[in-house]
Amino acid sequence: MPQEFPRIEVRTLTMRFDDYLVQQGINFQVARGSVFVIMGDSGSGKSMLLRHMVGLMPPAAGEVLYDGESFWAVDDGRRAAIARRFGVLFQGGALWTSMTLAENVALPLAQYTRLSPREIDEMVSLKLALVGLRGFEQYYPSQISGGMRKRAGLARAMALDPDILFFDEPSAGLDPLSSRRLDELILELRDSLGATVVVVSHELASIFTIADDSVFLDAERRTAVAHGDPRRLRHQCADAKVREFLARGEAAAGAA
Amino acid sequence: MANAENSRSDTPPASTAGLAASQAADGGLRVEISGRWIRGERPIHGDDLLGALDSDPAPRLVQVAAVGLEDWDSSLLSYLLRLRWAADRAGVAADFDQLPAGLRRLMALASAVPDRSGARQGDEPPGLLANVGLWTQSKIGAFHDACRFLGLVTLALLAFLRGRAVYRRQDLIGTIQEVGAQALPIVSTISILIGLILAFIGAVQLAQFGAAIYVADLVGLAMTREMAAVMTAIVVAGRTGAAFAAQLGAMRGNEEIDALATMGIPPVEFLVLPRLLALALMMPLLYVYGCFIGLFGGYLVGVGLLDLVGQAYIERTREAVGLTDFMIGFGKSAVFGVVIAFAGCQRGMEAGRSAAAVGQATTSAVVTSIVYIIVIDAVFAVSLDLLGI
Repeated sequence: MPQEFPRIEVRTLTMRFDDYLVQQGINFQVARGSVFVIMGDSGSGKSMLLRHMVGLMPPAAGEVLYDGESFWAVDDGRRAAIARRFGVLFQGGALWTSMTLAENVALPLAQYTRLSPREIDEMVSLKLALVGLRGFEQYYPSQISGGMRKRAGLARAMALDPDILFFDEPSAGLDPLSSRRLDELILELRDSLGATVVVVSHELASIFTIADDSVFLDAERRTAVAHGDPRRLRHQCADAKVREFLARGEAAAGAA
Repeated sequence: MANAENSRSDTPPASTAGLAASQAADGGLRVEISGRWIRGERPIHGDDLLGALDSDPAPRLVQVAAVGLEDWDSSLLSYLLRLRWAADRAGVAADFDQLPAGLRRLMALASAVPDRSGARQGDEPPGLLANVGLWTQSKIGAFHDACRFLGLVTLALLAFLRGRAVYRRQDLIGTIQEVGAQALPIVSTISILIGLILAFIGAVQLAQFGAAIYVADLVGLAMTREMAAVMTAIVVAGRTGAAFAAQLGAMRGNEEIDALATMGIPPVEFLVLPRLLALALMMPLLYVYGCFIGLFGGYLVGVGLLDLVGQAYIERTREAVGLTDFMIGFGKSAVFGVVIAFAGCQRGMEAGRSAAAVGQATTSAVVTSIVYIIVIDAVFAVSLDLLGI
């Protein structure tokens, strides 16, 4: 693929839930090897935007492009091929509950690589160790805590060393230390593996630590109202709501 | 206290909630709040005051003040908010400045996020005609969904036949064990009882003509052609169809199905295929098992109650029941197995993302399967009759 295309581009995207308009006219680009954060107040459709980007929901209008290729215009086979380069971490981890952690991580490896069972076992142990779950290979998702499930979900998302990682609220439900380790891991994935990371989050501490670029979805105006580095937006954004959001409402005069 | 519904000019007794409205000189309405406004102790609804805001001519201004307010909780707050929103709707200015600061702060908090237009649902119940339309649309939608799912399942089966389906063999084996071997106790119980019942019913009638031996015919034919297939199917629908719907519904709520899809693993191949195959394989076997247990139940009644010779009963059964009868039941049960798995999996895959939705999916799976089973059985009966089999 020629280098001039951004890794991901969202063009005039409209999202609907049945007849209910959630967002319209969303435009942004995600540069190769950057961490991009989707922010917004609750109900603004952040997770829904993620579902559009990973192929779970077709847009009502507009396009999502990967390396200049329209994700929703190509046929199913091609779309699956594009999606093979994704790793997705869902909000609750979304582990397959009938399988052990090792089997969860091993399934994509068994499906898409020609590794021997022994090599798969090694990869599984490595990925689980990376998220701090060494020794938990034979546990079932129901036997571990919510935070651990989330980390195991991350191990599974990283199983195939994806080019693009999607995280839906990664730090929600994690204690501050685990949350911080997760942030470090995200930055490490970007720096060492050159992965592009898209994160849905409203955890300010985490946003300021990891984000290179961002978009802010507004639930009331139903469109994206700000783009850019959140550290800059916090002080310089033209939109008062975004400034207030990023300052946790504390800078705004007269806030209760 | 219940009869203390206040009219506007009453002076309330001390220590209960009081609400007094008076016309101010400038055309405004002055509302005075007094007494104890405590949840569960409040005798006042104050709806007439809210109504007054919509009356014509509407007051220019509503001024709310606390006069001798002793104690209050959410009860007062909720009333004041209703008052405020009613005033907003009527376009009447409302002044709450003479209320205690704590109340004003809570009111400000409750009004901080505006009512999001469009997000509030079900404002007006649809009329009869609209209901008929909605119902029809939902039925058409359900038919479309079923066709779509049938298509997906067919594609998955084709992929399986070409050896390219993605599923785990241990899932298939586990499901086979779950729906087959583990169903034996309940299938045994039901089948032997059905056999006994059929024999009893027949015995009473046939013994009158001295034709007790024909109980063997009755039990044999009824079990092989109808009862074993239908009864095992109904048991399996309640046991396995419901389980499929609940499992898949819960997986959907947990985003497990989304996780499969984003990984490029077709959920229908991975989840539905093993269940469908397991049930299509196991139902006929359960039928065969149920048949023999049912025939044994009939034998017990014949020999034990009607004093028939065991050997004669077995001979009679072998003469009455042909291979065709047996094959009919066998074929039907395979169809039932596919239908139960289909209904259970479809309901599960299309379940909403809540605990209640999983419950509905489970109920719906069982009801749908049983209706399908009876309808298909009737179709078989009519067709076989026309064909003279």
